[in-house]
Amino acid sequence: MVVRREEERTTVDRYSGRVRVNHWVTAISLILLAISGAALFHPSLFFLSSLFGSGSNTRMLHPWIGVVLLASFAILFIQMVRHNFWTKADTHWMRHIGDVMSGHEENLPEVGKYNGGQKIIFWLMTLLILVLFATGIVIWYEYFGTTFTIEQQRFGHILHALAAIAMLLVVIVHIYAAFYVRGTLNAMTEGKVTGGWAFRHHRLWLRREARKGVIDERQVPPRRLGPNAPAE
Amino acid sequence: MGLQSQDFARISATNFRPPDVRHDFEVAKLIDVSKCIGCKACQAACLEWNNLREEIGINRGVYDNPHDLTPNTWTLMRFTEWENQESGNLEWLIRKDGCMHCADPGCLKACPSPGAIVQYNNGIVDFVSEHCIGCGYCVKGCPFNIPRISQADHKAYKCTLCSDRVSVGQAPACAKACPTGAIVFGTKQAMLDHAQGRITDLKSRGFKNAGIYDPPGVGGTHVMYVLHHADRPQLYANLPENPRISQVVELWKGLTKYAGMAAVGFAAAFAFVHATIARRNDVSRAEDREAEHLIDEEAERGRQA
Repeated sequence: MVVRREEERTTVDRYSGRVRVNHWVTAISLILLAISGAALFHPSLFFLSSLFGSGSNTRMLHPWIGVVLLASFAILFIQMVRHNFWTKADTHWMRHIGDVMSGHEENLPEVGKYNGGQKIIFWLMTLLILVLFATGIVIWYEYFGTTFTIEQQRFGHILHALAAIAMLLVVIVHIYAAFYVRGTLNAMTEGKVTGGWAFRHHRLWLRREARKGVIDERQVPPRRLGPNAPAE
Repeated sequence: MGLQSQDFARISATNFRPPDVRHDFEVAKLIDVSKCIGCKACQAACLEWNNLREEIGINRGVYDNPHDLTPNTWTLMRFTEWENQESGNLEWLIRKDGCMHCADPGCLKACPSPGAIVQYNNGIVDFVSEHCIGCGYCVKGCPFNIPRISQADHKAYKCTLCSDRVSVGQAPACAKACPTGAIVFGTKQAMLDHAQGRITDLKSRGFKNAGIYDPPGVGGTHVMYVLHHADRPQLYANLPENPRISQVVELWKGLTKYAGMAAVGFAAAFAFVHATIARRNDVSRAEDREAEHLIDEEAERGRQA
């Protein structure tokens, strides 16, 4: 993780290639699960099953994609969990969520790698993926059709549906935030964000990263503008 | 559906009204348990007419053979030995199990695949295999634990009430084969009338609780039983006393389905609108400059440490 002075901008490394690959495997699995799950959930959305070839294919693939999601999210969890423990500053930040939504982040305490909202998303996704996987096993008729009683499977279905709805709401918040807070997407596409973005949203994290050292990649040293320019 | 049919009462997982210009009499099969001798001719006739083969099983000390309904066994004689404390008699209660063809079918309610389960205007509930996706939801929807999923072709199977025979004016194969007349077939009204005669007869012979099994919890059924102990249907290999579609299934296929769609749709719409009209949460030039100062400060601190 490095702060880099480039020709046109300053960037801060946020996600390594391994984290990004994992994130996108998880994201694609989740989208495929949402589409195939929606096809089986509501008759008006059954047409989505044709994206997977047929209804039978959808029924067959959905649980296996769930297994992929569980595996990739488990690795993502290990990569990210140490930055996601709750602190008092997070409670304070959450109390002022209104300021964040209206774009007045300057009134808030300095944020580390993740803010309170991001941590809540992280833990909600962890919880919901566990619930979805557990209930998914109960209703995976191909392999577990006789492992659980019919009554248990009925409860498995409704819990799976409710958890899936909650998961979609969490995912909508996650995607929305990534678009609404400009400059965030770069973290997961290029792996780095601009210095200004880090200053605005995760200042405490920027301080820690900068303390580790700055790499100057500019070809020419910056020009001194006057007698008061800071000496290097 | 291969044949042009215009007599559907319900089609699974569809929002439109099914084609239903043709109306037939509501039909029913009446199984008089008191007349059954347990010969299994009905089971054999079912295998024969539907061209099914059951695997050779093992004897577990009971007459039930096979031990449960399977994708190949759509009807099964279930044998119960019961000591009647009142009369001191050992009673051999034999019930021909299979799809009850509910007026309000739980399997059809649970089915997610359009047209995989249909109910004809004559009351028969049929599985349409080419639309079946093998998910097993019908198993959870059924209050009688009837549908079975084949591990070979991943399709659900159960009694069709010989819809192919009925559509050309024939009685189901089991009814045709029954040597004692314990299985009769006709219009639902004719079967109810016939049952009344049987109940009167049974009562005159000491079965004071004789009655018909046509459970109202599922809107009545198109397979009915005459029971000598209609007050205790559980005696007959756990025939449910008041079967109805599970409340969990009703909630899953009712409120959850609509509320879930609404919640997700509303959230997506809100996110879209807010992202469009709200002040952009963007980094200002000032913040870019301040970031440079902060990086310099902290980098200096890092060097000193």
